[in-house]
Amino acid sequence: MSALTVDFDVAAVVQAAIEKHGKKHDGLIPILSEINHVFGYIPGTAFREVRKQLHDPAEQIYVAESQLYTLASFYDMLSTKPRGRHVIKFCENAPCHVVGGKAIWDALREELNLNNGETTPDSKWTLVTTSCLGLCSVGPVLLVDDDMYGNVTPAQIPDILNRYE
Amino acid sequence: MNTKRSMILVSNDPESIRLGANEIIQHLNESLAAYGLQDEVDVSTVSDVNRSNILPLVIVYPDAVVYGPVKTSDVRYLVEEHLYKGRVVEDLLAPPKMLTGQIGWLRSHKGYNPAEHRVVLERAGRIDPENIEEFIAANGYEALGKVLSEMKPEDVIDVVEKSGLQGRGGAGFPSGRKWRFVHAAQGEKKYIVCNADESEPGTFKDRIVLEGDPHLIIEAMAIAGYAVGADEGYIYIRGEYGLAFRRLEKAILQAKEFGFLGNNIFGTEFNFNIHVHAGAGAYVCGEETALLESLEGKRGEPRSRPPYPVTNGLWNKPTLVNNVETLANIPPILRNGAEWYRSLGTPSSPGTKVYTIMGNVNFSGVIEVPMGITLREVINIYAKGMKPGSTLKLAQTGGSSGSIIPAVLQDTPMDFESFRKAGVSLGSGALLICDQHTCIVDLVKVLLQFFRFESCGKCTPCRIGTQRIYEIVERISQGQGTLEELDTLPDLILEMERASNCGLGQTATVPIRDMLKHFRTEVEAHIRLGTCPTGVCELSKENEKV
Repeated sequence: MSALTVDFDVAAVVQAAIEKHGKKHDGLIPILSEINHVFGYIPGTAFREVRKQLHDPAEQIYVAESQLYTLASFYDMLSTKPRGRHVIKFCENAPCHVVGGKAIWDALREELNLNNGETTPDSKWTLVTTSCLGLCSVGPVLLVDDDMYGNVTPAQIPDILNRYE
Repeated sequence: MNTKRSMILVSNDPESIRLGANEIIQHLNESLAAYGLQDEVDVSTVSDVNRSNILPLVIVYPDAVVYGPVKTSDVRYLVEEHLYKGRVVEDLLAPPKMLTGQIGWLRSHKGYNPAEHRVVLERAGRIDPENIEEFIAANGYEALGKVLSEMKPEDVIDVVEKSGLQGRGGAGFPSGRKWRFVHAAQGEKKYIVCNADESEPGTFKDRIVLEGDPHLIIEAMAIAGYAVGADEGYIYIRGEYGLAFRRLEKAILQAKEFGFLGNNIFGTEFNFNIHVHAGAGAYVCGEETALLESLEGKRGEPRSRPPYPVTNGLWNKPTLVNNVETLANIPPILRNGAEWYRSLGTPSSPGTKVYTIMGNVNFSGVIEVPMGITLREVINIYAKGMKPGSTLKLAQTGGSSGSIIPAVLQDTPMDFESFRKAGVSLGSGALLICDQHTCIVDLVKVLLQFFRFESCGKCTPCRIGTQRIYEIVERISQGQGTLEELDTLPDLILEMERASNCGLGQTATVPIRDMLKHFRTEVEAHIRLGTCPTGVCELSKENEKV
């Protein structure tokens, strides 16, 4: 997703997000989520742009860049660092753990040669752990982008990864 | 998977044992073997049936037929007729009138396999969730119509209070009382907030409701709005639940189109609108004040209380925050009355509970049953037993901050009161069933990893406490723990429970407390003997190499 950055005009993306979610404080998190969705992360320029377009003392809307950054760093689905074209999220919580999650995690790390939070040199994959995804009846669970995989076995990992360009 | 076609439960309370329950089990096993049924039928025990006149009971699933009192001499005939030939033995049936409470309910609701009683999940999976007409055809919006045309707001609150409904988010606070507080709060503008930030590991009951029956929540929120005097509602849904989010948005549009939301609903003065707001991934936002902060566009850090949201909630206005499952109970209660609701469950915990079952069992998924069922019943009946080769070692009830209960406690009825008495928390209804291959130290380490990651960092006891406890448990799991360190845990636990600002830090300690209470020997084996009895933990030798 990060490879697409150049194709998008940050200001236009920010403007579209603000139009969709409204010029108000409670729109901040949805706006940042939208930007994160387009770029795969929130580039520094986007923080500046959101502030520029939203901050409006006349309307009693006060937005600082630091405030936007504290949101992006607090919420797990927002990233301030570029990520690979595909993000693998692996559930590390107890329900997946007791049904064999650790073996999946080891297989993922070995297959991709990545540790938690790292991105492959070719920017194809980012591997992260995540908290419960609410799919516990089919654990162990992992997400590739928006695709859910349940009842995963270590042997399936290469096959799953091969489906992505 | 080794699936059984049938299961027999024999009551094994002291009275039943005195009357020969153990001999009955022996005869059952012999008779089943004689008919070659031993691999198809499981025999297990059930306790706390409490009906002394008809003991011992023999209950056959999935038909949910109850026999009693059963004598050893009846057993062979019963096996031949019911399990071999498939005919119910009428002569031996327990008199229906004697069957009260849960056993009576199981018998009267055969049909589902196994028997469930669905109130919250009544429509989920049966109607097209994206079609409002199917919802209306299944009594949808009937309660809202009744409330708006026949009842005063106070009457609605009275019914909810009389029903005895308790909050299903985990704490079990009486819902009627909460509604009354918001109703009584001063202020023109009030809000209804639906807490759909279901992030408790192992819990996905709310997702099933939101995905399967989104209009139910809309109807419930409108009723709540009418009762407490609010005209605006927010559904705060976790960012990961994309499908549920889309269905809610669609449902809200449909409801507006049909006049169930908007102005002058059902031709009355009542106006109500709902917004859906997606979170962005933070466990702590399930805490109601953190959720409100997040709704206002801030970091989800819990507020100091008092004041409580009932008087100072969203944008500092009186706010009613209810969990999805709690709200889902509201329309059925108003449709059928408080008495009906009280007839389900136990006197102190009326109604049903949605449980999510997972772990080393044959069936994992979601069930809805009356309050008061035991863990043994859930495992044996609904989860279709432990996986082949697995025996129950422990279960964690209520998600990551839930109690870890050893196998010996599996006969405690699961309702708020009985659990409180046993020092156990029911929490969100997640039931994580673990077998003998689960190492307690490893499990607790995983739970603490979750808490140290999800602690919001606002207050010190939680931020530092979760990290320190994690480090101690991690060292134990690596064979580098000491008994001195182990002895510092109770103090750390106490500090966190007393000084943390919100439920996250106050309850993150529950699994560690239970580990020390029930599994101390296993923990000490890691320290004293340098071995992990289950062989899960990789102890020091390997770690020294790294």
